[in-house]
Amino acid sequence: MMSSRSLPRNLSRLLLVTFFLLTVPTALKAQDGKQLFNAKCASCHAVDKNLVGPALKGVEERWPERDKLYAWINNSSALIKTGYPRAVEVYNQFNKIQMAAFPELKPADIDAILAYIATAGTPKPSESSTSGGAAVSEEDDSDSGLLYGILTLTLAVIALILLQVNSNLRKMTDEKGNASTPEPIPFWRNKAYIALAAILLFMGGGYITFQSAQGLGRSKNYQPEQPIYYSHTVHAGINQINCLYCHGGAQESKHANIPSVNVCMNCHMAINEYAKGPKLYREDGKEVDGTAEIRKLYQYAGWDPDAKMYTGQGKPIEWIRIHNLPDHVYFNHAQHVKAGKVQCQTCHGEIQKMGEVYQASDLSMGWCINCHRESKVQFTDNKYYSIYEKFHEDIKNKRMDSVTVEKIGGTECQKCHY
Amino acid sequence: MQQKKYWQNLGELKDSEAYQASLNDEFAEELPYEAGTGMAAATAPRRDFLKYLGFSTAAAMAAASCEMPVKKSIPYLNKPENFIPGVPDYYASTWVQDGLAVPVVVKVRDGRPIKIEGNELSSLTGGGTSAPVQASVLDLYDMARLRFPLADAKEVTSFEAFDKMVAGAMAGLGSAKKVLLTATIHSQTTLAVISKFLAKHPGSEHITYDVLSASGILLANEACYGKRAIPAYRFDQARVIVSLGADFLGTWLNPVEFSRQYAAGRQLVPSKPAMSKHIQFEGMLSLTGANADDRYVHRPSETGAVALSLFNALSGAQESNPPADARLRKGIAVAAAALKAAPGAALVVCGSNDPDVQVLVNAINEVLGANGTTIDWSAPLNVRKGMDAEMARLIQEMKEGNVGALLVHGVNPAYDCFDAKGFTDGLQKVPLTLSFNDRVDETTKHCKYVIPDHHYLESWGDAEARTGYISFQQPTIAPLFKTRAFQTSLLQWSGENVEYGAFVQSYWKEKLGSQEAWDKALQDGLIEPVSPAAGKASFSSSEVVPAANRIESAKKGGKTELVLYAKVSIGSGKSANNPWLQEMPDPITKATWDNYAIISYAKAKELGISVDDNYEVEVQKPMIRIKASGRELTLPVLAIPGMHPDVIAVAVGYGRSEQTGKAAAGVGQNAYPLVSFNGRTFDYQVTDVACEKTGDQYPIAYTQTHNQYEGRKDVVREYALSEFKSHPKLLLEQREKLAEDYAKNSGDYRAEGTLYPNYPYPGPKWGMSIDLNSCTGCGACTVACTAENNVAVVGKSEVLRNHEMHWLRIDRYFATYRDDSGKDDLDSLNVVFMPMMCQHCDNAPCENVCPVNATNHSSEGFNQMTYNRCIGTRYCANNCPFKVRRFNWADYTGADSFPDNQSDAKLDPAVFQMNDDLTRMVLNPDVTVRSRGVIEKCSFCVQRLQEGKLKAKKENRPLETGHEGKWDVRTACQQACPTHAIVFGNVNDPKSPVSKVRDEDQTTRVFYALEQLHVLPNVSYLAKVRNTDRPVGLSVAHPEGVGGNHAETAH
Repeated sequence: MMSSRSLPRNLSRLLLVTFFLLTVPTALKAQDGKQLFNAKCASCHAVDKNLVGPALKGVEERWPERDKLYAWINNSSALIKTGYPRAVEVYNQFNKIQMAAFPELKPADIDAILAYIATAGTPKPSESSTSGGAAVSEEDDSDSGLLYGILTLTLAVIALILLQVNSNLRKMTDEKGNASTPEPIPFWRNKAYIALAAILLFMGGGYITFQSAQGLGRSKNYQPEQPIYYSHTVHAGINQINCLYCHGGAQESKHANIPSVNVCMNCHMAINEYAKGPKLYREDGKEVDGTAEIRKLYQYAGWDPDAKMYTGQGKPIEWIRIHNLPDHVYFNHAQHVKAGKVQCQTCHGEIQKMGEVYQASDLSMGWCINCHRESKVQFTDNKYYSIYEKFHEDIKNKRMDSVTVEKIGGTECQKCHY
Repeated sequence: MQQKKYWQNLGELKDSEAYQASLNDEFAEELPYEAGTGMAAATAPRRDFLKYLGFSTAAAMAAASCEMPVKKSIPYLNKPENFIPGVPDYYASTWVQDGLAVPVVVKVRDGRPIKIEGNELSSLTGGGTSAPVQASVLDLYDMARLRFPLADAKEVTSFEAFDKMVAGAMAGLGSAKKVLLTATIHSQTTLAVISKFLAKHPGSEHITYDVLSASGILLANEACYGKRAIPAYRFDQARVIVSLGADFLGTWLNPVEFSRQYAAGRQLVPSKPAMSKHIQFEGMLSLTGANADDRYVHRPSETGAVALSLFNALSGAQESNPPADARLRKGIAVAAAALKAAPGAALVVCGSNDPDVQVLVNAINEVLGANGTTIDWSAPLNVRKGMDAEMARLIQEMKEGNVGALLVHGVNPAYDCFDAKGFTDGLQKVPLTLSFNDRVDETTKHCKYVIPDHHYLESWGDAEARTGYISFQQPTIAPLFKTRAFQTSLLQWSGENVEYGAFVQSYWKEKLGSQEAWDKALQDGLIEPVSPAAGKASFSSSEVVPAANRIESAKKGGKTELVLYAKVSIGSGKSANNPWLQEMPDPITKATWDNYAIISYAKAKELGISVDDNYEVEVQKPMIRIKASGRELTLPVLAIPGMHPDVIAVAVGYGRSEQTGKAAAGVGQNAYPLVSFNGRTFDYQVTDVACEKTGDQYPIAYTQTHNQYEGRKDVVREYALSEFKSHPKLLLEQREKLAEDYAKNSGDYRAEGTLYPNYPYPGPKWGMSIDLNSCTGCGACTVACTAENNVAVVGKSEVLRNHEMHWLRIDRYFATYRDDSGKDDLDSLNVVFMPMMCQHCDNAPCENVCPVNATNHSSEGFNQMTYNRCIGTRYCANNCPFKVRRFNWADYTGADSFPDNQSDAKLDPAVFQMNDDLTRMVLNPDVTVRSRGVIEKCSFCVQRLQEGKLKAKKENRPLETGHEGKWDVRTACQQACPTHAIVFGNVNDPKSPVSKVRDEDQTTRVFYALEQLHVLPNVSYLAKVRNTDRPVGLSVAHPEGVGGNHAETAH
């Protein structure tokens, strides 16, 4: 009995194992295929609609001979030359635009892509609501400031009232005791009050003058309207595109670089509408038509989305520069991003939550210096710092626990001004 | 006892009152105080001042509260691959001018070439450059460049239309002779293009015209060796070098290559104290003469006699007619003895353009066994190929109307030809005149058609300055203007519709065998033969006796003789519109922006010009009129020591026309009309001139009396090789004596002598060492520094007021002896060059006088200057003992926030040329452009330090500062130096070359400038050593030197 009872269970186990054996590799394959598809195919093809090239859904049915399909992908022009009918047909159908050759794709890779195409297109539950990056709790500085202000004011009023009461009481006792009292001086002629007011005015005015003078040329929260409504929320937040995909210069150069239009078109050749994401609003509350903004991009790129061709009439986008430093400041992105391993958000704020970008930090020298005083350099990880023998010894002997930027001269004038 | 004196100007030598007075003032001119007895009498009293202050503050506030300007960021539409904005690209190319070629690497930042470096793969130059090479990037952005082709001085809108016009004009000529006139061309592809053109147009001819000709050498070598070529010289292989007027470190043939060889032969290591001996015979004081161990002056007309006398002394022949001057005779004997003692390692070179003299020099070299050792025939030099007689013949043919078409490329005979008038007259009779020159110069002005060639940084091409050593050009920027490669034009007109760029590529691809080989060659910028062995040529002595006879019977010179020379900076005059070169002080005279007649003190006296105490403090120089062979030239005079008493020297390359450009126009006088043609070659000397004082005066902007050391002596150190061998620790002992005042026990000033704590410098600490033995004073570093650091050009009028901005100057010292009677022996003159820039003192006097802390010390050991903090008190400049700080007296750069600051200033046109939007493209974007009212100075190229450190950090490795030849950081001056005199690096790294030099290899030669002040500079020098028997050493230093000065307290 035991055996008969255990058979189905064993069988089911066996089935389970075989199921996993069968499904896991294909699942892996499909996942690889997705990556490969995005890397190699997506700039010209979509799964379920025609772009530059045909929609790839059902491609396996349209190409009955697998070998020919491999040959086509590896080198399409060679296949067209052989006169293979399906090849010639596709070539003519799509404006005789030659498909790029992918000789590096092995049959296994192509299978993976095809597997992905077969599974893709079936709608999946939306997973797009997760936002990228750790959310930082918003500080409500302004609220507490107001609170303190009200509190101070109330206390001041109470103090004033108490003073008044005090003086009245004294007056009354004096009257009772018949002591001769001088005529009371109204507070606006009271020298102590006037002096106090003058001092307060001087300090307050001085503070405001100093602050506003210091703030000249600074533009925190500067958020100009850009020629295209480009949402970092959609790109960096929802779709979690790595910052460096577009701003690759940040790793190598002093400039982070605004991406050139061809970088936009890497994806937007395929993504020609904004349909699935949340509704977009400008700061003033106006709704933004994402698809129209993508159309604007096509205008700049000189891309005809209907004919799926470049017209050659492109022109560069004149973005409005937000982060400006004075000419006498040298700032290098690579130093911070690559050598210092500083997150973009440290200076640029929560960029993944910004619709149109604004300047999150005031970019003042004090702000730079403060960070340089606190930030630690990659002292043990980066071999450059191996020459700082004394510091290494101090760390070893526990006289020091870390090395800040300031310690290696990061607050000296000619680190940024030369 | 003899006293040795080092002096930069006569006032210093004589210690004159005017000199003393000039030392007292930090700034030479009167400061603009209002006249009057006190504040109240001033025209701007206190109240007005307060009013202005209040108003300007309010105005500034109002201006600042306006809206911030909107800035745009415009990325590419389609970014080229492998290009990152903000990261420079480097392309190998080749600088070519007047037949010279230097392989270079061009730094291109965001599409703009901004700096030229030498190509270190070149075994000839080793990465060295010269001042003209460094400055050439500025010529690319020259406002005076032609922007489109011209026909009859009108714009031609398309090349097709131009080609049609030229084709029509050429067809109309029939079989008339067409002449292509160029400078020396050694580019294989260009020569191929020219031969195609010549083949297409039968009867046409290619004539090579060299402004600074070497026809004499070519003819002599043809007579002696049967080759019309110039051999390669090996100065590094020579233990004794005798030069008869050849300025081989300055302008003779291929100076960058020669400088490197020369310095290699004079490299001195204490373990093996040996160096080459260099004896110079010349009429004027040249850069090469200034570097010589022994130097003898003679009249230019005596060059042949000196060569003959030397030949006789070496071959043991009887001397029939030796030179009259006893000192010169002695010099010849000394030279002959030295040469004889170094068989197979001796070399005699001669700068004369007289074939007879060159034949004798060949004979001398034959006697010395130089042929095949120090003279190498295996790979001849191709830098000069022109035959002067051909140019004379061309002018004749043109005058006779026998030339149908004249196509001019890269030469300017209407300006620099010996018979410029004959040439322009002849040009009137040529039906088709066409110029490829880049501007409307003196020749182009007379040409009917003009189709400007690209600048070399826009061009494809190749060069073969030495046979087998091929270097390439590739475009580093798309042509800025509507210009076309001259070779493309020739190809078009020979019926081949092909671009020269494509032609070059297919030519070399075929020649090198594969695309890969060509790609590599282009990337390297050059191909070189594998370790060539020195070659010999067979010598025929048949011409020697006739040549000697002709020299013997040559006409003797008159009372006064004149020699024409080319300056290291301006050269033949092609780059006359380059403000960097114009403002670079001449190594010898320290003069900028002019040419002048250099004369001896004796001559000055004879002309009635008093070289008195005020002579050098006063910038107004008397003019003289020089009359020679029917031509006249009026020039200001500069009297310097080291000249033959009866020789006048005048630089060529000046006096350009208005259209040459803002910087060149009106600067100096054209001396080329004094060149003559003697039937065989051009003669650059006039053996009989008359001169007289005109009574007029003319200001010369020279920096001779600027930036003095406040009367402090012994800034530079020099000794003789014999002294160095016998007493190697002499300098060290003198330095130790200096420490006695402050650090009796340890000898370490930091430990005992200072109140300040001893800062440990935990990371890198930067230091520089300059070998005065290798430094030739050529000035490449000065221009490299100007280019790298956006140093402003101030123009002549401002240099006259001591306002030059160079961060790096080269102090030129004359060293003479004073005997007991107080007479200075100017015959035994030594010249020492000392590059002087901010010494980055660890105990810096400038730092603690700044009221706003705008200049302070970095944790990496250098002195940092913060422009945005500087308020312009100039206390630092006042307190700097080296006088290396520069103040922006006016808005030289146009960088002020108030736009009209330049309009009132009486600045020279050259300054405005530098501030044009086109010219400003040359600025280094990593360096702030300084505005008015701030001090600036050498920063040790801090932008390069930062870049180098970042590179190491990005690659996660320690910094490389020269160990095993790996460099993350080199300063601009170090990289430009053709002799590698400058070493820079991390002194905390014991393996870096700078540490090695200071602590291991050269401990006995190290010294610091003004060490007695204990300012602890981070720049050290290696003392100059001269290979001579004359007393030059430290042991004859004058008593007020080391012994007397060290009691002075540090500031």
